[in-house]
Amino acid sequence: MSDDIIISVHDLCKCFGSFTAVDHITFEVRRGEIFGFLGANGAGKTTAMRMLCGLSYPTSGSGQVAGFDVVTQGEQIKRHIGYMSQKFSLYDDLTVRENIRLYAGIYGLDRYETLRRTVAVLNRLHFRSEADTLVGALPLGWKQKLAFSVATLHRPEVVFLDEPTGGVDPVTRRQFWEMIYEAAAGGTTVFVTTHYMDEAEYCSRVSIMVDGKIEALGAPAELKSKFGAGSMDEVFRILARGAKRRE
Amino acid sequence: MIPQNAIEVRGLTKRYGTLTALEQITFEVRRGELFGLIGPDGAGKTTLFRLLATLLDPDEGGATVDGFDIVTQYREIRRRVGYMPGRFSLYPDLSVAENLDFFAALFGVKVREAYDWIAPIYRQIEPFRKRRAGKLSGGMKQKLALCCALIHRPSVLFLDEPTTGVDAVSRGEFWDMLSDLKQKGISILVSTPYMDEACRCDRIALCNNGHLLGVDTPAGIVSRFDAPLYALSGDDMYGLLLEARRAEGVKECYPFGAAHHLVVAEGFDARAFERQLRQRGFGSVTVEPVPAGIEDVFMKLMQQ
Repeated sequence: MSDDIIISVHDLCKCFGSFTAVDHITFEVRRGEIFGFLGANGAGKTTAMRMLCGLSYPTSGSGQVAGFDVVTQGEQIKRHIGYMSQKFSLYDDLTVRENIRLYAGIYGLDRYETLRRTVAVLNRLHFRSEADTLVGALPLGWKQKLAFSVATLHRPEVVFLDEPTGGVDPVTRRQFWEMIYEAAAGGTTVFVTTHYMDEAEYCSRVSIMVDGKIEALGAPAELKSKFGAGSMDEVFRILARGAKRRE
Repeated sequence: MIPQNAIEVRGLTKRYGTLTALEQITFEVRRGELFGLIGPDGAGKTTLFRLLATLLDPDEGGATVDGFDIVTQYREIRRRVGYMPGRFSLYPDLSVAENLDFFAALFGVKVREAYDWIAPIYRQIEPFRKRRAGKLSGGMKQKLALCCALIHRPSVLFLDEPTTGVDAVSRGEFWDMLSDLKQKGISILVSTPYMDEACRCDRIALCNNGHLLGVDTPAGIVSRFDAPLYALSGDDMYGLLLEARRAEGVKECYPFGAAHHLVVAEGFDARAFERQLRQRGFGSVTVEPVPAGIEDVFMKLMQQ
């Protein structure tokens, strides 16, 4: 794997019984890219992402994430990536500061670094006055911005975001994407799923999964010209309409 | 006498402790209208549905549904409305057919009497009628929930975020189903966080933080955006965003899909700005006037 490739996947499969959730996917993600991982409900995105994060063993195929093998080095992968799940990433009954400290502890940051990065996060988010507020009392958009900061607290080389902006208001949704841009400009690779097709346009490259397979991969401009579409929304519709497997 | 409006809301206010979930909300939904509540999480949409479905009492103000008062005539309302809550609300241990029978029994109707109503939707899940509801995929659960909400032929339908977390193609199909239901004369109040779904409604209310920012047709809402708006695109989009924000004559710049949207001051010279960006080394730069969308208006109203 060359230096500028951070994720490399070859013929990766995951079967549950007779059902092939992820069907021979092959792709690479470059360091510092914002990689949009799109697909219809049930296409196999979350299953694929779980394998990349070291949370699930592939049935067959191979892959490397941040230099570690997805089959044999799942534990190493977990230490070197950030992951923000769709449903749960923060503890509602801990304060903002306590959540940051908890994740700092999990990732083994020492007391000095924990303090330093806590201050940095609170300043970046203009959250100083909310440091001792319970996370459960924050609006969704604030929670999501905090969850992203926490997922990148240990400065991972790559961060996985599973539908981070669902239900978030349009202003905060854009602030969230600016945090993504900032992280990518600082060299962090961002691997993100979304149902908002305007957000697909913000990605450096995008893959679209249909029925467990990757049916299209490229920069948004390339995909639009290849499918003769005016927007990523149209590209997505053209591909997802052919799906047999739909939730 | 049949009331002219399916829903009338007057000064409705609901508080939870110190939090005001809804503050002085006033609007009406006309008979047969497909009316959208467009707003993010925390806007108060679910509280509004729970009030109108007579599951909560307001702190101030009032409302009628199908001409009946939500506080004093809740029994009448419950017979007349169908309610599909945001969270999956069926019995996961009952089969598809059993869930439908159960809801029919609750309302004292027979499934076959309502079959013509639900048929276009129910046909899609009928092959799975013996499957337990908990084992259905997300899209099929949604269709079953809609059938159960329609089983007693309600005159008013409440749908709380039926398309959240659903992909773009399935969302389009769901809105097609709503258009068909509207043809049957049902008045529909539906909420969504997706701004692009607003154009499928007859009228919409933009809501945020317990307030209505505006009520109008989608075209009427869009016409409220009175400032000149431009789309900026080029090779280095993040660089352009930062650069545009520093530029004179640009009041605001925010990402908007493939381009950034620029809200500019009077007298803004797009060609001069283009030249200026090129001189600073940005490639493939274009700055073109663009019509505002619902989301532009929403952001503008949010920040006022």
